[in-house]
Amino acid sequence: MDLQGYGHLLVDGTWVTIQLALVSLVVGLIIGLLGAAAKLSDFKPARWLATAYTTLIRGIPELLLVLGIYYGGTELLMSIASLFGYDEYIEINAFAAGVAALAIAFGAYATEVFRAAMVELPKGQWESAYALGMSRPKTFIRIILPQVWRLALPGLGNLFQVLLKDTALVSVVGLEDLVRQANMATGSTQEPFTFFMVAALIYLGLTFLSTLATGWMERASNPSSKGVRV
Amino acid sequence: MSWDWLADYYPRLLDGALVTLELIFLSGLIGMILAVPLALMRTSESAFVRALPYGYIYFFRGTPLLIQIFLIYYGLSQFEAVRESFLWPVLKQPYWCAIIAFSLNTAAYSAELIRGAIQAIPKGELEAAQALGMSKPMMIRRITLPRAFGIVLPAYGNELILMLKGSALASTITMMDITGAAQAIIARTYTPNEVFIVAGLMYLAISVCFIGIFRLIEKRLNRYQTYKVEIPKDIDPLLRDEHIDGEFKKT
Repeated sequence: MDLQGYGHLLVDGTWVTIQLALVSLVVGLIIGLLGAAAKLSDFKPARWLATAYTTLIRGIPELLLVLGIYYGGTELLMSIASLFGYDEYIEINAFAAGVAALAIAFGAYATEVFRAAMVELPKGQWESAYALGMSRPKTFIRIILPQVWRLALPGLGNLFQVLLKDTALVSVVGLEDLVRQANMATGSTQEPFTFFMVAALIYLGLTFLSTLATGWMERASNPSSKGVRV
Repeated sequence: MSWDWLADYYPRLLDGALVTLELIFLSGLIGMILAVPLALMRTSESAFVRALPYGYIYFFRGTPLLIQIFLIYYGLSQFEAVRESFLWPVLKQPYWCAIIAFSLNTAAYSAELIRGAIQAIPKGELEAAQALGMSKPMMIRRITLPRAFGIVLPAYGNELILMLKGSALASTITMMDITGAAQAIIARTYTPNEVFIVAGLMYLAISVCFIGIFRLIEKRLNRYQTYKVEIPKDIDPLLRDEHIDGEFKKT
């Protein structure tokens, strides 16, 4: 396949796509954990808020979320800035808007995955940690989180694949990711099929790598696979 | 926030909703027609027959829908043969390109769901069909597929909602679906927050309707699970067989 010297564009784009996916993953995982904590808390408004968040976000197209945060966020920031007497045009960075949108979407699904994993964990795990005199946060970090992580990993792996594919949407608001770079190469070479196919194959490679990585993490997080007796 | 635009522009959003529903309905239908044979091939005993749908499904599930749409809408025009073929009047329209891309995409996802459902059918039911002397095509028509549809339904409802969310991508190839209409309105009114909120609520409303409809179909297709035997109270106790009696006591 002849890329006519535009290969480096695709490499740059791939790197942006990987960064976007990984940053959104980290932010999304934090949102997911907070959401699951809210859903399981004794405080009713927190539960309502978390339920509203997951229901709303899971019913709205990711593209709409990206567009809404990019354009809507610009307007919102400008109106906030004008309160402080700053009237210049502000534009949100496409990468930041992309991370926000993807993390919010990922977080909604991750909330459900974490919640299911925490419910699945026997109550005795909490109680025995308390009986040993551990505080609540300490119990959560030392006892609960490692086990929830193991139960949630398969679900999170699937969500990461979805996230990886959704990064393509951020090209719509001008982020120079893989799709946009392929599009730009297309403009000057008039070979759209070649470049979009190469981009598709790169995505395929990335999803393949992510399956390998989650498979490895699932084995690593499972003590019985390492021959440790539990 | 200002809402005066709503009175002038709501017909465009409603038209957009119609386009969205049309896209989902047509591509859902075509996708289903493609998915059933793919799923049957995936459950075949021969590795060669399994390999082809596997490659197809792997490609369409592993790449972004946006790229698939671009490949069909922009990509196909690269080939002289496509541009000169009788299909070109169809393939140059964004509408049909969107439908082709969505159909191929949802076919891959649904085929995996149906394969899972076929493999979840209790073996005894298929063996019973064989024992009754059914031919393979008849068994697939009368036992495998009706059972698989009942099993796959809840999962297919989710797939339909994912498709609804994916249909927003049609706006990237100039289609005026809900997202496309919203962007067109924003270009006139400069009220992105309000318009996107309304568009989001429209998507939510559609997905709530889908969920409701699927609950109903599910109840109907899996009615054997909730079916209760009505036994007249004045029936001769000697005629009651133990099994029915047990059911009767439970209800």
